[in-house]
Amino acid sequence: MSWIEAIFNILVNPLFYQMALLSATPLIFASIGGTFSEKTGVTNIALEGIMLMGAFISIVFTYLTGNPWIGILMAVVVGVGFTWFHAWASIRWCADQIVSGTALNIIALGLTAFLMKPIFGNEGRTDFIGRVQNVKLEFLKDVPFIGDIFYDLSPFVYLALISVLFSWILFYRTPLGLRMAAVGENPEAADTLGINVFGTRYFGVLTGSIFASLGGAFLSVGELGSFGENMIHGRGFIALAAMILGNWNPVGALLASLLFGAAEAMNLQLQSSSIISVPNTVKPLFNMLPFIITLIVVGGFVGKSRSPAADGAPYEKKA
Amino acid sequence: MKQNKLYAFLVPVISVIIALLIASVIILSVGKNPIEAYSIMIVGAFGGSEQIADTLVKMTPLLLTGLAVGFGFRAGIFNIGAEGQMTMGALLGAVVAMNIGSVPSVIAIPICIISGMIGGALWASIAGFLKAFTGAHEVITTIMLNWIAVNLSSFMVTGPLAVGSGTPKSPEIADSAKLPVVLKVQASEMSIAIFIAVVVAIIMYVYLEKTTSGYELKGVGFNPYAAEYGGISIKKSIIMTMAISGALAGMAGIVDILGVPPNRFVGELSGGRGFDGIAIALIGRNNPIGIIFAALLIAALRTGSNAMQVQAQIPDDIVSIIQGIVIFLVASERIVYSLMQLTKRKKGSAAA
Repeated sequence: MSWIEAIFNILVNPLFYQMALLSATPLIFASIGGTFSEKTGVTNIALEGIMLMGAFISIVFTYLTGNPWIGILMAVVVGVGFTWFHAWASIRWCADQIVSGTALNIIALGLTAFLMKPIFGNEGRTDFIGRVQNVKLEFLKDVPFIGDIFYDLSPFVYLALISVLFSWILFYRTPLGLRMAAVGENPEAADTLGINVFGTRYFGVLTGSIFASLGGAFLSVGELGSFGENMIHGRGFIALAAMILGNWNPVGALLASLLFGAAEAMNLQLQSSSIISVPNTVKPLFNMLPFIITLIVVGGFVGKSRSPAADGAPYEKKA
Repeated sequence: MKQNKLYAFLVPVISVIIALLIASVIILSVGKNPIEAYSIMIVGAFGGSEQIADTLVKMTPLLLTGLAVGFGFRAGIFNIGAEGQMTMGALLGAVVAMNIGSVPSVIAIPICIISGMIGGALWASIAGFLKAFTGAHEVITTIMLNWIAVNLSSFMVTGPLAVGSGTPKSPEIADSAKLPVVLKVQASEMSIAIFIAVVVAIIMYVYLEKTTSGYELKGVGFNPYAAEYGGISIKKSIIMTMAISGALAGMAGIVDILGVPPNRFVGELSGGRGFDGIAIALIGRNNPIGIIFAALLIAALRTGSNAMQVQAQIPDDIVSIIQGIVIFLVASERIVYSLMQLTKRKKGSAAA
């Protein structure tokens, strides 16, 4: 019975909900980033690499300037520049988008590991460099439960929630959103109507990369205050799964990200639970949990959600 | 036709050259000399019989993961999970090899290799089944399976299989399961594994180019709808392709334990070699013979970069950057093609 007792204890503790929200934050950013790209018909398997660049660049510029906000700004600038290669290859050169995205992932892994030594003088993980201050919502301080969750949080969490609202309005309530959907569903028809297919696709991929970069920056300057090699740890791919489970809708992506975040929070809380004791050797089995859930979700829901019809297909103008 | 073959050969070659040039700019930017770096690399990879033996030992699993990824590509499947399949192949094969006792080597070695292949094939089949029956994209599922394999193997070496103290490791495999050594130079031992891998490449070449079944497989990769109309079951083809691809990756994992000291399963063994397979398959144009040369190139880069790291203090992660750029350029080969056209045109106008 101790297992059920442990899980019950975790579920009534506001800390669990706060952790779930924090674990979900990078996924919310990245899955919205992926949605922006795929809405216009460009698959973006490079989310993992873009996040890694975002995490790295934000720490580098925090280290150089002492201001994490400049770090975040530079992460976005460099992230857009880095992703441009994927956009350029996919849109201008009709590259295989999956392979080109994989190339970006591998380059990001190599480049960040390569530059760590000359910049920070050590490999593996940097020292603590600096992080963004939490936002304290004073009016929530004494509210039971809700206050415990929301009183003291990273501003990234709110930025992520605002991003969901922003992209939902953009997708479903503006002419630009309609054009993005048209280009992603039927580029030929959109082209005939005078919509700039290439321009819209560049907009989708590059705007998406802003969110993915922010997701990466959250993990370094938003949470830990340091950078470690390969620190994204598959979250870029979990975000793709959240995008699919969310049916390419930002609100859906938010809910899916919260589900994955809750799985991660449950995993961490069970490992440190005082009611049951998890031996060190068994901990790797617990760490599989988010990946297994993603596998099941992708396997179980992909057929039921519908991707944009021209997703992943290059568009060539007929001469 | 001749033009096409030349072009197929030139795109990867030019991509590698461009990647090396870009990498030299990166090396310059950290204040090192790229010419010195590359010469240390070449000496480190081919400078003597010990270096050559090291390169060939490194090449063996790379050739097999290259074949694994290339085989998938031929059938239109992107197996990015060679990493995890290699780990699972090594795990299952190593468990068999530890317990095989004093069975004669001629029987013990094939049994161990086949177990490794089964381990990889089963692991890959999970992604194959999911793709065939639910349409889940193999890139996401195999990445998830990679992470699960990493955690599972670290559980196995710290838990059920753990021996001794210090770094987690399994017991040593039985002597009868170790591959015969053909070349021993100082600390480097080269087993027959490289020959096994080359034979596998040749078998795959014959299968793809000379058999009906291989032709069908390529048909599915080229146009799945037409192939299905022609009476080929796509579901079956997806699962079979994934299983064979996984078996090749699993083989990469197990020969590395049977043929390379300390002949133990040490958990996270792969160190990115599954991803190397992607670059190798693309450089080799998914052709098994091309993959042999591509694997030699990447193995040389890996061995040479170790020397470069020690002697010139340039992190060996530069190899990942080079590989990533090559993958990018081969994926968008029209960039390279346009560059070729451009230089051709310039030459043409100069002649006129």
